[in-house]
This record gives sequence, C-alpha cells and structure tokens, in this order.
Amino acid sequence: MNAGAWALVLSSFLASAVETVEAFTIVLAVGLTRGWRSTVLAVAAALTALAVLVIAVGPSLTAIPLNVLRLAVGGLLLVFGLQWLRKAILRASGYKALHDEVAIFAREAAEARAEPPADPRAFDHYAFSLAFKGVFLEGLEVVFIVLTFGAIHGSIPLAALGAAAAVVAVLVVGFIVRAPLSRVPENTLKFTVGVLLTSFGIFWGVEGAGASWPGNDAALPVIIVTTAVLSVGTASVMRQRKALVQVVAS
Amino acid sequence: MSKIRGFFVFLYDFVIGDDWRMTVAVIAGLALTALGVSRGIMLWGIVPVFVVLGLGWSLVRVVRRDRASA
Repeated sequence: MNAGAWALVLSSFLASAVETVEAFTIVLAVGLTRGWRSTVLAVAAALTALAVLVIAVGPSLTAIPLNVLRLAVGGLLLVFGLQWLRKAILRASGYKALHDEVAIFAREAAEARAEPPADPRAFDHYAFSLAFKGVFLEGLEVVFIVLTFGAIHGSIPLAALGAAAAVVAVLVVGFIVRAPLSRVPENTLKFTVGVLLTSFGIFWGVEGAGASWPGNDAALPVIIVTTAVLSVGTASVMRQRKALVQVVAS
Repeated sequence: MSKIRGFFVFLYDFVIGDDWRMTVAVIAGLALTALGVSRGIMLWGIVPVFVVLGLGWSLVRVVRRDRASA
C-alpha cells in the first residue's frame, strides 16, 4: 500500500473509532436501562441503512469527473474538517467542555429510565428510536468520510475497511469492559481527524479548483504538518489566555 | 412542514455546523482560486490563507464572548 492508501485507511479508522465510541455509549445506556431486544434491532437497522447508503451513493460518486469531484469533495471535507478542528481546539484550550463518555452515559440512562417502561415481550419504540438515531447519526459522519475519501482515491472498499476495522475494535473492547469507553483518548482522536480532514480538504479543493501545488503530491505532508502545528499552537495560546482571564477574574 | 424544516435544520447542522463564517471563507477561497486559474494565475495559497482567517475569526469570537461573560 502506498502513502495515500495508508492515509485513507488511517483517516477512516480514526473517524470511525471516534463515532463508534459515541454511538456505543448511547447503545449501552439504552440497552442496560430499556432491554437489549429492541436496542439490538435498532443497531442492526441503522447499520443496514448506512451500508445501503454507501452501496447506493458510492458507485455514482466514482462516475463524476475527478476535478469536479475534488472540488466538491475538497470543499465539503474542508467545511466538515474545520468543524471538527474548531471543536477540538476549543476543547483542548478549555473553552468547551471535554467529551465525557461517563457523563453522557449517565444522562442518556437517566432519560431512558424516566420514560414509562415497555412490556418486556413487546417492541420498545423508545429504545429502538433512541438507539437507531444514535447509531445512524454518528455513522452518517463516517459514511461521509468513507465516501469522499474513498471516491477520490478510487477505493471506497479500502476506506470502508478502515471504518469497519474501527467498529470491530471498539465493539470488542466495549464487550470486554462492558462500560462507557471513557479511557479512549477521544478528544485527541478528534483533533487528529480534524487536522487530517482539513489538510486533505485544502489539498483536494485547490487541485479541484484547477491550481497545482508546488511539488504536487509532496505538498500534502507539508500541509498536514503545518495544519497540525498551527492548530496545536493556537490551542496552546488560547489555553494560556483562558488561564490568564480566570486569574484576573478571581 | 415541520419535518421538512427539521431535515434542513439537520442538514445545515451536519454540513455547516456551529459557525457559517468558516463555510463562507472556504467557498470564497475556492472561488478566488478558480477565478485566478481561469485568468492564468496559480493562486494555490489563497485557500490556506482563507482557512486560517475563517477559523481564526471564529475562534476569536468565542474568546471575546468568553471574556465578556467572565
């Protein structure tokens, strides 16, 4: 596998791992409080819907001319990646609360318990709806990344493989610990994914707009490193500023 | 009607997210790059500059808001 293929698999794997951890927390909270029957059905339905989406949209994306695809996908990845990066910088600098799977699990479980209990033999609409939404919405971001990265590299199956490997890894660990995966460095992973999406978005967007990078493909690692250094530097400056404001306020 | 509205709210939140200014910066950067290319000028640096400005602007707004509420 060349460097591009590794980057494709790594990006899909990391993004999928982050989203799977979040979906796992919701499913665990619903399953433990409302029962597993409707919850498992919802997970299966959501995964099927996501797979259908990849199979339906994937082939049509690869039929689009490469420059048009690079411009559209580059622009979308950039917008999407900047969202991830912005949130990651705000979390790393203390301006936004860190993602806490234990707290999210407690909140989801409390909400699920507050609903009237369902007949154990009957279909639990509440559990199904909550688990389906959790898995489908978290999975949608992964599908977006798999489709866009895969289409540009001409290998949606390779991107899907990276995403599937992350789902399996998270589920195996989740099954072993049977608790919210709070020790997964989720915020660091999100920071990394944000840097990768933004960097690939910049690279493909500019190429799609018709311009060429100095050094062609060699420009990509430079863009990734520059984006990472600027983002970490910005988070560090903002963290110091936040601490200073707190000292002055107290 | 509320379902259609809900779908568009979801779509906006999914694609554009918390700050539309970053989306505007990306679109402007790509449009200027394409315009430059159509006139024979290689403006590969425009998008990175607009990305830094768009993200920077968005972060500065958060910092200012936080300072005002402190």
